[in-house]
Amino acid sequence: MGVLVFAEHDGAAVTEAARRAVSAAGALGGPVDVVLAGGDGVEAVAASLAGTGVSRAWLCQGAPYADQLAEPLAGRLAALVRAEGYEAVVAATSTQARDLLPRLAAELDTQMLTDVTAIEDAETFVRANYAGSVLTRLRCREPVKVLTVRATNFAPPPGDGASPAVARLEPGPDPGLSRLLEVQATDSGRPDLGSARVVVAGGRGVADAGVGELEALADKLGAAIGASRGAVEAGLLPSDAQVGLTAKVVAPDLYIAAGISGSIYHVSGMRDSGVIVAINKDPEAPIFEVADYGLVADLTEALPQLREALEQP
Amino acid sequence: MKILVAVKRVVDHNVRVRIRADGTGVDTANTRMAMNPFDETAVEEAVRLREAGDASEVVAVTVGDAGSEEVLRTALAFGADRALRVDSEAPLEPLAVSKALAAVAGREQPDLVLMGKQAIDDDSNQVGQMLACHLGWGQATFACDVALADGELHVVREVDGGKRTLAVALPAVVTTELELNEPRYIKLPSLMKAKRQAIERLGLAELGVDATPRLELLGVSEPLPREAGGERVDSVAALVDRLRNEAGVI
Ligand SMILES: Cc1cc2nc3c(=O)[nH]c(=O)nc-3n(C[C@H](O)[C@H](O)[C@H](O)COP(=O)(O)OP(=O)(O)OC[C@H]3O[C@@H](n4cnc5c(N)ncnc54)[C@H](O)[C@@H]3O)c2cc1C
Ligand SMILES: Nc1ncnc2c1ncn2[C@@H]1O[C@H](COP(=O)(O)O)[C@@H](O)[C@H]1O
Repeated sequence: MGVLVFAEHDGAAVTEAARRAVSAAGALGGPVDVVLAGGDGVEAVAASLAGTGVSRAWLCQGAPYADQLAEPLAGRLAALVRAEGYEAVVAATSTQARDLLPRLAAELDTQMLTDVTAIEDAETFVRANYAGSVLTRLRCREPVKVLTVRATNFAPPPGDGASPAVARLEPGPDPGLSRLLEVQATDSGRPDLGSARVVVAGGRGVADAGVGELEALADKLGAAIGASRGAVEAGLLPSDAQVGLTAKVVAPDLYIAAGISGSIYHVSGMRDSGVIVAINKDPEAPIFEVADYGLVADLTEALPQLREALEQP
Repeated sequence: MKILVAVKRVVDHNVRVRIRADGTGVDTANTRMAMNPFDETAVEEAVRLREAGDASEVVAVTVGDAGSEEVLRTALAFGADRALRVDSEAPLEPLAVSKALAAVAGREQPDLVLMGKQAIDDDSNQVGQMLACHLGWGQATFACDVALADGELHVVREVDGGKRTLAVALPAVVTTELELNEPRYIKLPSLMKAKRQAIERLGLAELGVDATPRLELLGVSEPLPREAGGERVDSVAALVDRLRNEAGVI
C-alpha cells in the first residue's frame, strides 16, 4: 500500500521538483513515502521534507547509490517496492529519473509512463508525446505503476509541519556493471535552470550580439541561462543549458527567448512558462506565436538596450 | 566486438502530425516517415567503431511491420552489415519492444547494443534501460562520447547540470544523444546497394515474447494553445514597461 517517491536532492535539501513529485504522488491516494539515495550526508536531507506530508523517508546509503549507478539502485528499489507492497513509484522527470525508472519498471515487469502532465485518478494519466504536440490520455492498471512526472505541471505540497519518520535501508548487492569515473558539474553561479524564476534563453541568433550580452542580461535579472539546440550546436552555450522536449522542460515566471526561431522541440520545453518574451529580427519567426510580448529587433541593439533599461528604476 | 543497433521508423521530425478527427490517435497514413534521429546517431557510432577497427560486425534490428524495413535499408546504407526485423503489425509498447530486443540479443550475442535515447513519436525514453535490465547488463544512457578502453567502455553522459563519465563492463547497452556525432550523408549508390541486401525476419512468437498491451489508450488531443493576446511591442522601453507594470514579473 502507498506510493514511493524517488526524491532527488542537492545533499542538503530535496529539489523543488522532488517536492512537486510528492504532491503529484498524493493524487494517487494512500500514504506517500520517499527514498533518498546518497552517501552519509543523506540523513540531513530528510529534514527538508517537513511539511510535505511524507510519512516516511527511506535512506538508501552507499557508494554505488551516491554515484547514481542505475543498476544497483534499480535493484535495491525493486526489492523495497516488493517488500513494502508499494502500488506506485513516482519521480520528477530528470536525467537521473529517466535513467533509473525504466530499469526499475523492467525489474517489476511494468509498463511505465514517462513525463506525466496530469493525474486524473489513480489509473488515468495524461502525457505529452510527438514533441509535445499531442496529449495522450491513458489508463494504466499495472499492479505497480511507475511514472515520471513533469514537475512544472504540479503544484508544490501545501506544507503543514510534521517531519517524516526516517528509516535506513540495508544496502543491496552491487552487480558491479558500471562505475563512476568523473563528474563535470557546470557551475555558472546562476540559479538552477529547472527551478529558476526567470530564464534568459539564447538561440543561434545571439551569435552576432555575443553570449556575453546574454549573460549580462541574465545576471541583471538574476536569471538562469537557457539555450536552444541551435545555440548548443553553434557552440555558443553549453548543452546542459538546452531547453526542449528532448532536453530540459522549464516553466519559469518569465522566459526570454532571444534569437530563437521557435521549433516545436524547443517550444514544448518552455510553453508552460508564465510570461514569454520573444526577441527576434525575423517578424515571421514561429516563436512569436507563443510569446506574450514580441519584439522584432536585432539583438546586437536590443540586448544592451534591455540591460540599460533595467538599470533605470 | 559485435554491435547490435536498434532502429525505429517514426514520423519524420519535420512533419507536424495530425490528430484523427475522432481523437482516437495520430494520423500517420501518407505522412513522411524516417529513421528516428537518435537512432541515426546510434547507427553512425556503430559504423564508426567498426571503421576504427574496434567492432567487427554491425547488425541493425527493428521491431515493426513490413513498412519499417525501410529504416533497415537506411541502416544498411549507413554501413550496417546485416539487418533483421521482428515482425509486429501493431506498434508495441516500450516494455514489449525491450523484450523483443532482449530475445534478439540472446540469439545474436552482441558485445554492445547501441540505440537512441528516445523515439520521437512516443517520446518514452525507456527501451534501452529496460533492455539492459532484462539482459542483466550495465547501461550508459544519454551518451555524448563513447570510447573503448581496456575491454570496457568509457561513456560520457549528458546529465542535468553537467556531464558524468561512466566505465561500463561489456556487454552493455548505450543510448545516444544527438551530440554524440554528426551522421554521414548517405549517397545514392549505398542506398541502391542496400535495396538488394537481404533482411532476416523473426516472429514475436518465435522469440517467445508476450506483447499484450498493458496500457489502454483513452484518446488523444492537442494541447490548448497559449492564451491569445500576444502583443508586439515596438521598442525595448515598451517591453520593459509591460514586464514591470502589466505582467509584474520584473
Ligand atoms: C530529434 C530532435 C530533437 C530536438 N530537440 C531539441 C530541443 O530539445 N531543444 C531545442 O531547442 N531544439 C531541439 N531540436 C532542434 C530544433 O528542431 C531546432 O533546430 C532548434 O531549436 C533551432 O535552434 P535556434 O532557434 O537557435 O536556431 P534557428 O532556427 O537557426 O533560429 C535562429 C533565429 O535567430 C534569429 N536571429 C538571427 N540573428 C539575429 C539577430 N542578430 N538578432 C535577432 N534575431 C536573430 C533568426 O531570425 C532565427 O529565427 C531538436 C531537433 C531534433 C530533430
Ligand atoms: N519498434 C522499435 N524497434 C527497434 N528499436 C526501437 C523500437 N522502439 C524503440 N526502439 C529503440 O529504443 C529507443 C528508445 O525508444 P523509446 O523508449 O520508445 O523512446 C529508440 O531510440 C530505438 O533505438
